[in-house]
Amino acid sequence: MPIINDTLFFDEKAHGEALERALMMSPQEVVMEIRESGLRGRGGAGFPTGTKWMLALSAKADKKFVVCNADEGEPGTFKDRVLLSEYTKLVLEGMVIGGYAIQAQKGFIYLRGEYAYLLEHLNTFLERMRKENRLGDNILGTSFSFDIEIRLGSGAYVCGEETALIESLEGHRGEARNRPPFPVNTGYLGYPTIVNNVETFACAYIVMSKGAQWFAKYGTEKSKGMKLISVSGDCKKPGVYEVPFGITVKELLELVQADRTKAVQIGGASGICIPMSEINRNISFEDIPTGGSVIIFNEDRSMLKVLRNFMEFFVEESCGQCTPCRVGNKKLLEGVEMLEKGECSHRYLNELIELGKTMQIASKCGLGQSSPNPFISIVTNFKDEIMSNSIRGNNGR
Amino acid sequence: MIFPDKNVLVNEVDTLVRKYGNGRESLLPILQDIQRKFGFISDFAMQEVAHQLNIHPVEVYGVVTFYSFLSTEPKGKYVIRLCKTISCELAGKDAVANTLERELNLKFGETSMDRKFTLEYCHCIGMCDQGPAMLINESVYTKLTPSKVIEIIESLK
Amino acid sequence: MADKIVEGRAPVSQKPHTVESKENGDIGGLIEIEINGRPYSVPFGITILEACKRNNIHIPTLCYHEDLCLAGACRVCVVEIEGIRTLQAACAYPITGKIKVWTTSERVRKARRHILDLLLSEHYGECYSCVRNNNCELQTLAKEYGVDFYRFGHIKEKRYEVDRSSYAIVRDMDKCVLCKRCVRTCIDLQEVGVLEATRRGYATLISTFMDKPMLDVICINCGQCINRCPTGALRAKDPSDDIWRAIDDPTKHVVIQTAPSIRAAIGEEFGLPPGNSMTGQMVTALRMIGFDRVFDTNFAADLTIMEEGTELLLRLKRKLLFGDETVKLPQFTSCSPGWIKFIEHFYPEYLEYLSTCKSPQQMFGAVIKTFYAQEMGLDPSNIITVAVMPCTAKKFECNRPEMNSSGFKDIDYGLTTRELAQMIKEAGIYLPELPKSHFDEPFGDASGAGLIFGATGGVMEAALRTVYEIVTGRPVPFENLAITPCRGMDGVRQASVVLNDVKDEWKFLEGIELKFMIAHGTANAKKVMEALIRGELEGYHFVEIMACPGGCIGGGGQPIPTSPEIRKKRAEAIYKEDAELPIRKSHENPHIKYIYEKFLVDGPCGHISHKLLHTHYTKRGKYIV
Ligand SMILES: Cc1cc2nc3c(=O)[nH]c(=O)nc-3n(C[C@H](O)[C@H](O)[C@H](O)COP(=O)(O)O)c2cc1C
Ligand code: SF4
Ligand code: SF4
Ligand code: SF4
Ligand code: SF4
Ligand code: FES
Ligand code: FES
Repeated sequence: MPIINDTLFFDEKAHGEALERALMMSPQEVVMEIRESGLRGRGGAGFPTGTKWMLALSAKADKKFVVCNADEGEPGTFKDRVLLSEYTKLVLEGMVIGGYAIQAQKGFIYLRGEYAYLLEHLNTFLERMRKENRLGDNILGTSFSFDIEIRLGSGAYVCGEETALIESLEGHRGEARNRPPFPVNTGYLGYPTIVNNVETFACAYIVMSKGAQWFAKYGTEKSKGMKLISVSGDCKKPGVYEVPFGITVKELLELVQADRTKAVQIGGASGICIPMSEINRNISFEDIPTGGSVIIFNEDRSMLKVLRNFMEFFVEESCGQCTPCRVGNKKLLEGVEMLEKGECSHRYLNELIELGKTMQIASKCGLGQSSPNPFISIVTNFKDEIMSNSIRGNNGR
Repeated sequence: MIFPDKNVLVNEVDTLVRKYGNGRESLLPILQDIQRKFGFISDFAMQEVAHQLNIHPVEVYGVVTFYSFLSTEPKGKYVIRLCKTISCELAGKDAVANTLERELNLKFGETSMDRKFTLEYCHCIGMCDQGPAMLINESVYTKLTPSKVIEIIESLK
Repeated sequence: MADKIVEGRAPVSQKPHTVESKENGDIGGLIEIEINGRPYSVPFGITILEACKRNNIHIPTLCYHEDLCLAGACRVCVVEIEGIRTLQAACAYPITGKIKVWTTSERVRKARRHILDLLLSEHYGECYSCVRNNNCELQTLAKEYGVDFYRFGHIKEKRYEVDRSSYAIVRDMDKCVLCKRCVRTCIDLQEVGVLEATRRGYATLISTFMDKPMLDVICINCGQCINRCPTGALRAKDPSDDIWRAIDDPTKHVVIQTAPSIRAAIGEEFGLPPGNSMTGQMVTALRMIGFDRVFDTNFAADLTIMEEGTELLLRLKRKLLFGDETVKLPQFTSCSPGWIKFIEHFYPEYLEYLSTCKSPQQMFGAVIKTFYAQEMGLDPSNIITVAVMPCTAKKFECNRPEMNSSGFKDIDYGLTTRELAQMIKEAGIYLPELPKSHFDEPFGDASGAGLIFGATGGVMEAALRTVYEIVTGRPVPFENLAITPCRGMDGVRQASVVLNDVKDEWKFLEGIELKFMIAHGTANAKKVMEALIRGELEGYHFVEIMACPGGCIGGGGQPIPTSPEIRKKRAEAIYKEDAELPIRKSHENPHIKYIYEKFLVDGPCGHISHKLLHTHYTKRGKYIV
């Protein structure tokens, strides 16, 4: 299923020769080009890709690795699946470009186990690339050699977190690592490693094909380029949309034909939930950052039920190693249960919000740091609904 | 295959270690293949893998229990995983869940006596725009309705 | 510190950092940082925690342990660093820039308090019925942070069953805070691999393979996990109720023996700093408690040296003089029951390398129920033998079915240092203030050689003092008998002495370089065994292995906490006491001479000792069924 809206960026036919162009430049030049484009990671955190690649390029080691993060576990996100199946070339050649830029020898695609059905397609594509000498030894006649291996995940959301992903690649439990050291220094098997989102690699391909200037024409000051947004929930036209950074939530809602909207969850389960009063905010790293998940709730939905779904997700998907996240999410879930039963006092609710804030700063990895987001935003933005549920002793809807 | 013979397992693990290598980083691919082939990873298999990779059985156990798609208990020939995450819930997961339980005569988390079906929940499988969605082994089924579910199950029975 | 074992299996992120300075690459250089608004100059690359420790700034910790690799899991140690949104774990954050750190800001205090509140909300346990009452890191933290109510409620029901299946280790996972110290201990430090985190999320649980009871998995009972557990989740199986019952029973003659390393550590249980020897006071206390006889295991250690040293010489003779190629060399020591179980499981094909000697504890038990019973005219069935050991594996050892060659169980109960201290306290005795007294006859005095068994390298040193002298007729050529290559805390040590001008009966040993090796901690034992398998121990004659880091002074039954520093202090106490003793060699112990004259009349490794003092081993293998 292709991307909806006019695909300006993510269109294989509109591009060509990106790999050829990259290989004619020096690795430093490739990294500079990516830097100039202002490309920031599409996986959620928005770290400047050029900087990441620069750090990995300058790290001294006899081996380096490229990892394409195709774990796409964030609820409501499915744009990577579309990229991998429909725009495969952008992603895979983007990886080769990344490999060249940091002078790596090997790349991994960490494909979530849920997407195992994409394996065959991807392997066939890799095989074709090898035949066409776009992968393997001496790519396109240069001295650069690089190969890509696909590794499957096995059903653990936290393995999308880059250090947990590396642990998983190394055959461990997917528990996030201490940072520093960062993967660009000490990644897979201790070697410098870049981990980037599927879309980031596709964007890198686009940058190399059209040039940094062209890429940077789109988007906002600090969020360059176009973004893929996966839209689901209460709307007429769910799907993957290509939009420029800076698009307001309102515009997006119109695009997907949502009506009677009550709330919009941006950034998946670990994102924030905004009420209609805030729909003029925009999607960008300056305002509301997102890895690309937008979930729409209409007026019939119980926000408590929504919140419960999210919190159950985190209680089960936390890796369980650090206290704030392992126990904290459980306490928040218990709070939701208390709210459902009408047993949660306002004072205790505030206590839980404070706990959420602690989790945001004290958890070891991004999962625990962002898992309180839906809790805090829903109970703050929909306090009346949530507390009225509380008084009535059931959640009504 | 039900409760594989020890020799079969030893050979299998041997083959897999030869295929993927005997470093710890081969652990997941090896376990995934065993899971796919036998429907579970028996305690003997875990020990065999551990010894071949020169790690401790309990480390393998720690890994197997960490990942939702690996299991130490035998699973059915068809493992049905219904997404219970938000978008699918909004799209009507509950009705689908009821239908599945009723038609398979199984509760979530159970495997049928004949080891044909296992019914489980899973989290978002990236089909949120076409929910409710489920996986049966490695295939996806989307826009599920009760009648569609009945049809699918009948075709597998 | 040498016995930190961090190579190998720990994930890279959990190993100590080897960071390079961006500017000048000067590891070891100093860097200017600010802590709580004050300037400090600290070595480049050390962690914030370490920097604070060196400057007497206290940061609470829970998952951090000096002996182990990093976890960074509990988050109790979080601190604020200027310019970073999130708080950072002080134990894991390496200082590589001119950072400004706040260790007690409002955000930090609130976060720590919340983390404690969270841990406590899930902590099912009552301090007054817990072994770790008053020595529990969680309890201490709760007090430090003034926890006076359960902010997030408190768990009402037990979640897990207590596992009492093992002879030595009791697991109560309701008290576990998931710091994974036990996991890191068992996997990295000991290479046994019993415990690991299993499942994930809220369901995470430290467990054994397939959640089997401890008795059914491959645990060597070393108790190192207990010593590093911050809470009462892991504890030793305490036989003191049975011992009190025996003491109170007038028909029973209750004999206690105390291992060499107890005296060096038991003071810690009474608040003394590590490194204070309490030998005389301890003997007094044991009498006051009501033990009928108080013996020194050092005597049995001397006996072990006679047997084990002779065994070594016999092996050398068979091999070198008679060319018997079936003789296995090097000979491995056998006094550490944790090590014995380790080799039985992981290297069952190599059991013949082990000395057949029982451990001193068991030898003593056998002697007490035979020779001593005879001498005293006692019915052995009325004798109860208790052994105070630094070791939890001794609890398993004394229950081995083969340990009853006298017809009676050699040792009835194995008691740890901690449990003994508990009994002493229960008897209303404050140990440090007691007058000193002597061990009972007929095994009153022991040699310094027996005493140093308590530290890693001690058995080797004791054996060399005797073997060298037997062979050459001269004392070992080391100043003041201190065979320094045997001492220290390096994980694996090796050295040699050349045998010159030997006595006539040992002519075949003339000019031979006696090569020996010492290892402590089973991870190091594993290294030695792998070297043996690769054939690299060719030419070695004698290997000492202790299951616990530091040897018995670091045993799993010793006072908690443990650290490289503490173990060093305890070892020093032992060596100091050895140097002060009149008799320093096992073969010069008059009681040893007496027992060979009177009882073990066919000499070391003769028939009687073979029956009573030697044992055999079981090929256990590494499969868990
Ligand atoms: C719990 C968690 C899950 C994550 N899941 C994903 C994911 O599925 N895909 C992804 O690309 N990044 C994911 N990330 C972000 C990665 O940690 C990492 O920032 C990203 O892969 C970096 O790539 P980028 O710079 O190209 O965005 C996740 C982060 C966290 C904390
Ligand atoms: S925040 Fe959660 S997922 Fe991340 S390390 Fe901590 S427990 Fe694991
Ligand atoms: S483990 Fe510590 S806090 Fe828990 S009951 Fe025991 S002493 Fe109290
Ligand atoms: S007693 Fe020793 S072997 Fe057993 S679990 Fe503890 S550390 Fe591991
Ligand atoms: S048992 Fe003890 S050492 Fe092990 S994780 Fe639990 S609290 Fe930590
Ligand atoms: S929510 Fe069900 S597939 Fe994403
Ligand atoms: S002591 Fe630092 S995180 Fe536990």
